[in-house]
Amino acid sequence: MKKTTLFDIISPVMIGPSSSHTAGAVRLGLLARNIYKNDIKKVTFKLYNSYAHTGKGHGTEKGLLAGVLGLNVDDRRIKNIFEDEISAEIEYEFEYADNFKRHPNSVDITFIGDIEMKIQGESVGAGEIVIRKIDDFNVKLTGKFNTILLVYRDMPGMISQVSSILQYHNLNIAFLNCDRNAKGQEASMVIGIDGDIDAEILETIQEIPDVYFVSYIEKLEQ
Amino acid sequence: MEINTFEQLKTECIQSGKEIFEIAQENTAFSADITIEDVRNFAKRSLDAMKEAIDAGMSSNEPSMSGMCGTDCLRVQSKFSTKPAMFGKLFEKIIEYALATSEENIRMGKIVACPTAGSCGILPSTIVAISEFYNYTEEEQINALITAGEIGRIISAKVAIAGAVAGCQAECGTAAAMSAAAICTLRGGHVSQIIHACALAIKNILGLTCDPVAGLVEVPCVKRNPFMAIHSVTAAELALANVESKIPPDEVIDAMEQTGALMSPTLKESSQAGLAVTQTAVKVQQKIFG
Ligand code: SF4
Repeated sequence: MKKTTLFDIISPVMIGPSSSHTAGAVRLGLLARNIYKNDIKKVTFKLYNSYAHTGKGHGTEKGLLAGVLGLNVDDRRIKNIFEDEISAEIEYEFEYADNFKRHPNSVDITFIGDIEMKIQGESVGAGEIVIRKIDDFNVKLTGKFNTILLVYRDMPGMISQVSSILQYHNLNIAFLNCDRNAKGQEASMVIGIDGDIDAEILETIQEIPDVYFVSYIEKLEQ
Repeated sequence: MEINTFEQLKTECIQSGKEIFEIAQENTAFSADITIEDVRNFAKRSLDAMKEAIDAGMSSNEPSMSGMCGTDCLRVQSKFSTKPAMFGKLFEKIIEYALATSEENIRMGKIVACPTAGSCGILPSTIVAISEFYNYTEEEQINALITAGEIGRIISAKVAIAGAVAGCQAECGTAAAMSAAAICTLRGGHVSQIIHACALAIKNILGLTCDPVAGLVEVPCVKRNPFMAIHSVTAAELALANVESKIPPDEVIDAMEQTGALMSPTLKESSQAGLAVTQTAVKVQQKIFG
């Protein structure tokens, strides 16, 4: 478990009323937006369990939309986001469901734009969040590290190729996890990095044979 | 040295001759690899946001989305303006500021979670009201806030500060302990008085349930903030008179942890018992969520 610091105790400065149902929702939206990266035409939020049942009283829907639109947890526009001109830029829709297999505060965020992408996330308490799934791939993203996501043809040796590139550029790996999709032909790798990474390194990774897709996901502001 | 208990904190203060806030800001700066000035600036940003929330809340009458809360701060202010509180101006201010902040929270205003959003009115109400009343400087207020943060951090090393895990004793109780520590710091208390103030504050709310109506951070949370603020004043005044907790502060936190673990999950933020299932609460819930 992450150690609590003095900062965790006397912050964040946030729009109320709930760190998990309001601030956490904003952060889920923000991180999903960092993952999707494309222009958003339409976004659908499917809220589960407690998010579905008590979201209205906590501004959970407002928080999710505000995050997707790039607002931070302390942005006063969150309160009236549905009336704000910034939300007129995209189409959005909310759905509600119960599913005991999902965390009490869960949401599926589906983006439609040049590409379609479904992101599953959870608000796990005190404003902390985890993205669990991107399309078919299981991941674990908390927004605390700058992260590289790559999808590649499942085969041995990929991890060492990627890590040697990072090592060459003096980047420290904070964590790394992999997953295969259902078909067993594609695999995903999620690599958390201490520090920043520049475009050139991503290009080098993209050039590795059998890498289909590389994306850089920026961490969230604390 | 890493500090995770009140005893360690006290030893460190005595050996180094430093105050709690000095040790806390040094250690925080060291582990985050930033300067002490950065730490103090961070605290100042929180302090400013607390004052902003109080100002906004003092002049608003806007109800929350559920309609349950949001109008009591003005109600109290108008009463005090014609019939002053028995305990005087400072008492009035603390009550008003605690309500102002927590009502800002439930109307989606901007607040500081300290330690949580539901308990956001407790610490700001005492630091700000007492500092206005006695003219404490901004530096002194930041010292008090950092002390409070260090107390909250030490508690959280043992107990998760979340109603869902340990009940409201862990949220509003921790906030009250932090507030008691901040008051003692402002009033010139020494380390032993400060940690005993925390122990006294927590001992008196052990077992406090978290059973919010309709699952919203409103009833009983909003009114619990002024109650807990005054509670923390009592703890601080006792401790400043050298009244000590017979049970040492670290053991009180152990008791809080155990009590939290033993509390029924139905009374820990799940709204399945207590106030949340009263006849009126059920009606309110149906009205809000259909
Ligand atoms: S009752 Fe529960 S939700 Fe309300 S302040 Fe206490 S811990 Fe938070």
